[in-house]
Amino acid sequence: MTNSTPRDLFPGALEMMILESLRRQPAHGYALVQSIQQRSNNLLQVEEGSLYPALQRLLKSRLVKAEWGVSSTNRKVRTYQITAAGLRHLEQQISSFERMFEGIALVLKPGEAPAS
Amino acid sequence: MSWISSIFDRRRLFNDLNEEMRLHIEERAEQLMREGMSANEAERQARVAFGNPTLMEERSRMVWQWPTIESIVADVRLSLRQLRKSPGFTLAAIVTLTLAIGANAVVFGIMDGLILRPLNVPEADRLYGTQYGDGSGFQSYPNYRDLRARNHSFDDVAAFNFNLGIGMDTGNDPSVTNAFAVTGNYFDVLRVHPMLGRFFHASDEHGPGSAPYIVLTYAFWHTRFNDDRSVVGRVVRLNHHPFTIVGVAPKGLQGTILFVAPDFFLPIVNQDQVFPGNSLNARENTHAVFEVFGHLKPGVSVAQANADVNAIGADLEKTYPKEVSHASVSLAREGLTAFAGPAKAFVAGLMLLAALILLAACANLGSLFAARAADRGREVALRLALGSSRTRILRQLFTEAMLISLAGGALGVGASVALLKKISVWQPISGAPLHIPVIPDAKLYWYALALALVSGFLFGIVPVRQVLRANPYEIVKAGSSARMGRRVTVRDVLLVLQIAICAVLVTSSMVAVRGLMNSMHSSFGFEPHNVMTAGVNLAMDGYNVDTALPMQRRMIDAMRTIPGVESAGLVNGYPPLVYTASNRDYVYKQGTSNLIPANALISPYRYEVSPGYFDAAGTILLAGRSFAWQDDAHAPGVAIINRHFADKIFGSVTGAIGRNLKLQDGTMVQVVGVAEDGKYVSLTEDQEPAMFIPFMQSPGLAAYLVVRSHRDPQQLAEAMRSKMRELDAALPVGLETYSQLLDTVLFPARVATMALGVLGFMGALLAVTGIFGMAAYSVSKRLRELGIRMALGAKKKEVLQAALARPLRLLVIGSASGLILGLLATKVLAYIVYQATPRDPFVLVGVVLAMLLLGLLATWIPAQRALSVNPLTLLRED
Repeated sequence: MTNSTPRDLFPGALEMMILESLRRQPAHGYALVQSIQQRSNNLLQVEEGSLYPALQRLLKSRLVKAEWGVSSTNRKVRTYQITAAGLRHLEQQISSFERMFEGIALVLKPGEAPAS
Repeated sequence: MSWISSIFDRRRLFNDLNEEMRLHIEERAEQLMREGMSANEAERQARVAFGNPTLMEERSRMVWQWPTIESIVADVRLSLRQLRKSPGFTLAAIVTLTLAIGANAVVFGIMDGLILRPLNVPEADRLYGTQYGDGSGFQSYPNYRDLRARNHSFDDVAAFNFNLGIGMDTGNDPSVTNAFAVTGNYFDVLRVHPMLGRFFHASDEHGPGSAPYIVLTYAFWHTRFNDDRSVVGRVVRLNHHPFTIVGVAPKGLQGTILFVAPDFFLPIVNQDQVFPGNSLNARENTHAVFEVFGHLKPGVSVAQANADVNAIGADLEKTYPKEVSHASVSLAREGLTAFAGPAKAFVAGLMLLAALILLAACANLGSLFAARAADRGREVALRLALGSSRTRILRQLFTEAMLISLAGGALGVGASVALLKKISVWQPISGAPLHIPVIPDAKLYWYALALALVSGFLFGIVPVRQVLRANPYEIVKAGSSARMGRRVTVRDVLLVLQIAICAVLVTSSMVAVRGLMNSMHSSFGFEPHNVMTAGVNLAMDGYNVDTALPMQRRMIDAMRTIPGVESAGLVNGYPPLVYTASNRDYVYKQGTSNLIPANALISPYRYEVSPGYFDAAGTILLAGRSFAWQDDAHAPGVAIINRHFADKIFGSVTGAIGRNLKLQDGTMVQVVGVAEDGKYVSLTEDQEPAMFIPFMQSPGLAAYLVVRSHRDPQQLAEAMRSKMRELDAALPVGLETYSQLLDTVLFPARVATMALGVLGFMGALLAVTGIFGMAAYSVSKRLRELGIRMALGAKKKEVLQAALARPLRLLVIGSASGLILGLLATKVLAYIVYQATPRDPFVLVGVVLAMLLLGLLATWIPAQRALSVNPLTLLRED
């Protein structure tokens, strides 16, 4: 049983992936989890509950907005949608993430050009 | 969302969140059920996949909150609940802290009132002056005037003098009062304003005797005139001279010297009307002025002022070598002057001891807290298992500690304020204008708050280590059983500390008591028991130097006729050791012509006494003869000196008889007797030379009759009073036993002993609680073990040994270290109490006995409990 959360992902990774998923399509919590796991080919195991604090943080910074509604399967759900500010934030995060990734790759495998 | 609306929306937010998470888990469960799992299994899987909902919820909430403040508030509420659940502990803790912080607050208040803020006037920190008895030479009025005119360091310089024992007649009830004679600019230099009427100023002075005005102090106006606002303009008689009351001083003004509060102020130019024989304009009269003082000019430092004043003094000495002698002096903060040294030392000692008490209290509470934390081991384990961080748990424990200490601090400061107010209106010795002005102000409250916070921290951190190392699994499995293995725990150390401190305090108290006992029985040079004194100032009824002498003779003779009186005599001014009054003279070799102090042989204390004085006072004559009535103004001058004087100047007691000396005023005297040595001004002085002159050859108006008798003091006083009334009905007479008069001298030692006694008692109380706590705790923890031992056949003694060995061992270690510390603290104690020598077998035995008694007392109940253990019932329950 886990005690304190050992982060597999660096801080901000979860938020980034949520924003990216929401960019493609607004969704509610459960659907988001499904989407992230599917798209990562199940490489990323995210504790489902940890989504919610992340969503609250995004809400507080007004990078997403939320609304209660009814899903396609007739369930009561709260759907999240990315905002303009969220889009801008996402762009910044992605580019700085790519830079960081490139840097790490260079350090780990000197001489090889990074896969683009 | 602005943060204001976010507070209102927060509830909705949290409800939303809750629901959202619930729906998520439901959805996951349905998904799993579609995949073929049973309903129960699906739900369980869904929950596992989700994670810890409580934690997620809390973290989600934390996004929106000011987490710190909210959790602190939650901590406080939890702590209050916890504390309410164990009222005994809470009460004990708060009471302990109230006492400890209260004691510290009182001592701080005293220090503040006496030393930091001795005078209640504006800018008192720039008010500096000379000190009485410092030899600066500015105790004469003409010298004061020169200082005032020539200095560069002060805005203005004022002066004041004591005038004790003035007969005031307001029309109905003549009584003896005390006043300050002050220069016209006194009130202006102090920068105060009258509460009623007006002050007198320099402009009212037109030469000697020109300003018959007085200003009442607030306290005197309150007690003697009952707040009567019509006193302004009223005429009263001081020693038969009319004076007009022009005003009342503001409430805070009680003169410019510590401890002494006059009844009223009068202009110094009229001083000789109430202090006859005190010639204001005689440069050599060093009894005209007590101290001079003034505000330092802005930008002038104390060092510069010192240099300036000393330069002027040296210059005056050069100009008037016969009348002026100047010793280099340092100026002191006004108000702190004459009694500063002993007061400072005493207060410093008290603060140290009070701090020790606080430390002991913290140690006490620390071990209580640690015990409590150990008891709550299960609760801590549970909380850790539920995901709380250790920081959080520690913070909650700290909050408990802080709450207790703040409560204790608040109560303590309240009690101390009440006590301080009582002290400041207390007149320890009726008749003497002695006064301890300690009025609490803001500083006191800040100090108490700081103490509360610090002590809360100190005993709050005790369980920290315990909590940090707690392993939740072990504790939940095994229950919070007592650790057997550890050798020396934090609680042991704390208990030893407490006991050591208690031992130190008990040692100090014993030493103080012993010192006081010693000082009461040391040799004074006279025998104060069975002696009644009568203070009579003939100036109060219009006598002059010529008419006084026969009257005084009549008084002495009258006293002798009272049945039961063994001997009677008289001494001018004050008898030895009363009110620290002293009168010195310069004595020269017979052939000296230039009678300047620099040429003096010796400077003894001078007493003018009647025949029969030595018998009455119980002063033993070692050689020669006492005075007789024939040694009057027509006979050759004679003197009696004390042993120290004889040994120092003439080499031996017998060698002094018949030798001749010259006094400051030029009179020749022959030594006719040598008296025993004695104490003259204070109990701690080194042996000083003293000289006695027959009062017929040097008459004075104010004197004390000294009457020795074994009769009951009340009856004797009555008889003396009626005899005096027969002689002169209008003369006020002050009757006290010599022992009562000595109270002033013994007052500091008595106060010190009382204070130490109180502190020692508090320390003892704390130690008893500490030992009791530990003993009770250890017994209750080991009840099962003790029960088994008894079942296996252990005798009572062995059971007791098992139960109490540890606390008692700690008691011994603590007492020993405390005793040694107390002995080492001799120097500190000697400041406070005269003749304090801890290397006194009485003290050592006393301390050991006291600590044994404490130990016995504290372990009595736990011991009983240990012995009354019934193994059967114990082993049945768990």
